[in-house]
Parts: sequence; C-alpha cells; structure tokens
Amino acid sequence: MTDRNETLTARLSERFGERIQPVESTCGELGFELGPEDLIEVATALRDEFGFEILIDACGVDYLDYGSAEWKTESATETGFSRGVERKTVILDEADEFAPRRFAVVYHLLSVANNRRLRLRVYTGTDNPPVIPSVVDVWSSADWFEREAFDLYGILFEGHPDLRRILTDYGFIGHPFRKDFPLIGGVEVRYDADKGRVAYQPVSIEPRTLVPRVIRDDNRYAAELKDAADG
Amino acid sequence: MPPMAEIQNYTMNFGPQHPAAHGVLRLVLEMDGEVIQKADPHIGLLHRATEKLAESKPFNQSIGYMDRLDYVSMMCNEHGYVLAIEKLLGIEAPERAQYIRVMFDEITRILNHLMWLGAHGLDIGAMTMFLYCFREREDLMDCYEAVSGTRMHATYYRPGGVYRDLPEVMPKYQESKFRSKKEVDRLNASREGSLLDFIEAFTDKFPACVDEYETLLTDNRIWKQRTVNIAVVSPERAMQLGFSGPMLRGSGVEWDLRKKQPYEVYDRLDFDIPVGVHGDCYDRYLVRVEEMRQSNRIIRQCIKWLRENPGPVMIDDRKVVAPTRVEMKDDMESLIHHFKLFTEGYCVPEGEAYAAIEHPKGEFGVYLVSDGANKPYRVKIRAPGFVHLSAMSEMVEGHMLADVVAVIGTQDIVFGEVDR
Repeated sequence: MTDRNETLTARLSERFGERIQPVESTCGELGFELGPEDLIEVATALRDEFGFEILIDACGVDYLDYGSAEWKTESATETGFSRGVERKTVILDEADEFAPRRFAVVYHLLSVANNRRLRLRVYTGTDNPPVIPSVVDVWSSADWFEREAFDLYGILFEGHPDLRRILTDYGFIGHPFRKDFPLIGGVEVRYDADKGRVAYQPVSIEPRTLVPRVIRDDNRYAAELKDAADG
Repeated sequence: MPPMAEIQNYTMNFGPQHPAAHGVLRLVLEMDGEVIQKADPHIGLLHRATEKLAESKPFNQSIGYMDRLDYVSMMCNEHGYVLAIEKLLGIEAPERAQYIRVMFDEITRILNHLMWLGAHGLDIGAMTMFLYCFREREDLMDCYEAVSGTRMHATYYRPGGVYRDLPEVMPKYQESKFRSKKEVDRLNASREGSLLDFIEAFTDKFPACVDEYETLLTDNRIWKQRTVNIAVVSPERAMQLGFSGPMLRGSGVEWDLRKKQPYEVYDRLDFDIPVGVHGDCYDRYLVRVEEMRQSNRIIRQCIKWLRENPGPVMIDDRKVVAPTRVEMKDDMESLIHHFKLFTEGYCVPEGEAYAAIEHPKGEFGVYLVSDGANKPYRVKIRAPGFVHLSAMSEMVEGHMLADVVAVIGTQDIVFGEVDR
C-alpha cells in the first residue's frame, strides 16, 4: 500500500509540481493540500487523468480551536480541578479577516478503476466570508456537500448553481458548526398558547461542560518512541 | 367546441408528513400534468447536529449517537465510527471480535434490507411484503437484544473490540395473558441453546424466506410494471453522482468495499457480489435480494469460526479499554484506569483518518480529525443516503408522480442518516 502511495505521490508532484503539498499521515492515507486558485484544474485532472471518478465526500472544517484545551495538564492548580470550565464569551464573527488557516474544505476522492483513495484539503484564506471555487462541474455529487458546507460553516462556493441552506431550519441565522457557535444554539422554540403557534425565543438554558477538553502528551504516540517500540 | 382548459405547470408539496416519505422528507415537485419536471428535496427536519455533539464529548460517548443515524442498520454505523478511532489509535480488535463484528454487520444488512423490502413493497402496492419481512426482522432484533440488551440502539462495538462476548443462553419468551403456552413454546423452540445456535437456526430457515419474497415479487407483473425501467441510472452517471453500495452495483459497477478494500476479516470469507445490468429500480431490487442471500452465507461461515475459536473480544490495553469489574475490586491501578476512562476518556493522537465500511445502503464513512484531545476535533459522517437523495431530482425527472414513491423506496432513504 505504501509503495503504491509513493508512486502516486511521485506522479502527482510531477504533474502539478509545487502547487500541491503532500500531507503526512499516521495511518497510511494519502493527502494533499492545495490553494483554492488551483482547485478546479487539479480536480479536473484528477478525474480525467488519474481516474478519480467519485467524489466520496466534501466537508468543511473550522480550525479555530485546534490544539486548545480547557484544562492545563502539565502544572498543578492551587484550587483543584472542577468541572466549571471557564467559558469564552461567544462573539459571532464580525471580523473583516480570518486567520489564513481557519477554514478548510476537505475532499475525499475515490477511484473505482484503480481502487485508490485520496484526500485534498483547501484552506479558504483570509476572506470573510470564506470563498472557494465550486467543483460541481467536475463531480455532480459535490452539489449537496457544498450546500452543507455553506450551511454549517458559511463557506461560499463560487459557481455553485443553487447555494441554499440545506440542513438547518428555514430562516436560521448563523453557521452552527463554526467553533464560535455555541453548542446550545441561539434560539429555542416553544408552543405559545396565546398566539396559537410555535414561537421562537432566545435560549434559556445555561451552557455547561460535562467533560472538559484535555490534551495529554502521551509518550506512546511520540514518533521516535513508536519507532523504537516497533523496531 | 368549448375552449380547451388552460393547463399550467404547478408545484406540489409532498410530505414532510406522508407515509411514503420514509420519515420527514419534504419534496417540492414541479409538475407538468402528472409528469415531474423537477424535484427539490427539503431535508434537515431531523437534523440533530450529531457531528457537533460528538465534538463536545469524549470519543466513546458518541458511539450511541451513531446508532441513531441510520436507525435501521445500527451496528454498521457504529462500525464506521469505531474503525476510524481505531485507525487513529493504531489498534486492532482481536480476531474473535472481528468475526463477531462481521457477523453482526451481516445480520444488520439483512435487517436493513428486510426493512427496505417491506417498506418499498408497501409503498408501491405489495402490502404482504411488510408483514413477511417484519416476521424475520423480529428474530434478528432478538439477536441484537441478546448481545447488547437493546433491540435497536446497541452501542455494542467499542474501540478495541466489542463490548462483550456472545451469550451462552438465549433469552426466552414467557407465558402471559397475551401469549399462550402453545405460542410461547413455538417461539422458544429455537431459543433453547446459545445465541449462535439461535442465529444458525435462523440462517437455516432464512433462504426459504427469501424464496417466499421472491415468489411474491420477482415475477409479479404489477411489481415489474412499477419498477422495470423506472429511474434508470447509467454507470457513468452513478459514479458522477457519488453513488455507492447497491445503488452503484445496480447500475452495473462492480464495487464493494468488502471485496475491494476489505476490512476486518472479509478477505477470509467466501461470498459473491451481485451486480445489476440496467440500473433501474428492478435491478436494484434484485441486487439487494441477492445480498440478503450472500449475507446469510457470510453469517454461517462466521458461526462456524466462532464456535471453534474462543478467545478475547477486547484488546488488553487499559489506556483505551476499561478493566472489568472483578479486576477493579482488588487492583488499585485498574480502579484508576476505570476512573480516568469514565471521567475523562482516552486521548487520541493528533492526526486525521477516514474509515469507510460497506454499509447496507452504501459507503458509510467517518472522517475524524483529532488534535490530540479526549474529544474528536471534527467528525464528518459520510452518509450514503444523503448522496443518494441528492440525485433524487435527476432520477424522477420525466417520470409520473406515482414513481416518486418507487424512487424513494429504491434509494433506501432513512432520515436519521440523511439529516444527521
């Protein structure tokens, strides 16, 4: 499997040069990063020249909180741990610009002819709202995947024929899968007996964390030790 | 001569509360008389943000959410998620657990296809199918219950194996004012031995049941009128539209992850992959029916292996898998492990993985991004039904209104996974 990966990586870098960057994987999967400006060209070539007929999946990812934990694990506290994690106040994005590696769209491709899989990751850059070219013309299945990524992350797909919300409620405000969108949401619904209909109101519950997010340095997964253990 | 009535295109709303909508599908249909010009599915009425919820919970606590995605093939959903975690952790389930997983995957496949066949039949006029299919489904639900304690939402697969070994005793029915002694004896006849005995008894009788379904449908004139040449998808279009599973095979593409990218022990089992020719509803029906027969074959092979090879069903890694109750009683370290695993969970090394399995409906994939924390950073569930439903408009275009129901049936739509 690894040999096949290396061959394909070599062929791809020969074809696209510096425009695609291989991503290291811990579990033998093949992945590349590329810029939004090259997406359509690379995608078309992958479909026509490299046999990736199927776009298996496309999804947005928000890297805002990547690598941040709610508990410190390397030093002791004076007060002891409690579940009461201090919550960040949530301010929905009004900024003009995002960090360049905040939003990404990840594509999973499958080649039925050659029995291969490939992952592409495209960062959307600093624009607010994030914009990326649509691959609907390359793979028809991208249609709903892109609508979903737009709905949940607010990523705009340039050239998509029908970019509407898909999963959230009619009239929903915000992009719920962004990391700065609270898990409890913004509005709740109840039946209003006086008005005789369902009414929306701001959420009345308090957000809480049952299990804090923790990142532990685990020696077992350190690359140098893992090699030693295997060899 | 009186003037012709002016006929206009009009828009029709189908669902979301409609018995043939298989849940909460709302379709906005643009009609020209009784011919469909365009279909616009509105989904999301069952959206629960499973992926966002999973981001706020330790890895193991989300397994139960997976059951609730495609709620007619519960264990297969768990399988995809658990495999993704195992891939990142770099662990592999013991052989016996792998066989158990494969066996329950195939039980699940039959369970799913029976539900599909019953509902599909009911939708387009074969009412008897529903009763026939649910008769056999009941036995399979009992397998779920025997092994996990619940009939549907099992949470049986865990990273590192399965929750527990197959039970030696099969639960039995008891006499009540609703069930006579005679009926209870009949029901308990195959429940005298272990779970494996029960499943074996099921596989003995099941091929005859499939024959019954086929007798009712395969050469049935009305069934053929409703399915042959309805919603034809060419192999090229099927791939463009991202189809997988029986939808792709129905169009004649020979692709099955169990054969092509085997996971667990599928490479050691003997089974065939049915492939359609015309890509219409009837071929997809034939493919799925044959898949039930093949699943039956796989289950029998698993039973044979499982009988001969006792062993652990969970890996022996205390950093991932909780110790047993007995160990905790006299071992301090086990107690600490147990406490840590249930209060904090385990941390998964930084990285990303995509694990896919051949779900009864198609390719069910889980894309997992971890930043080294005890909770996933991002979980993306690639649900086959979502992709298939997105092709709805293309498939029903030019067909009659009544064919919409046949297409919904043939796509095997379940809203738990479409809306997530």
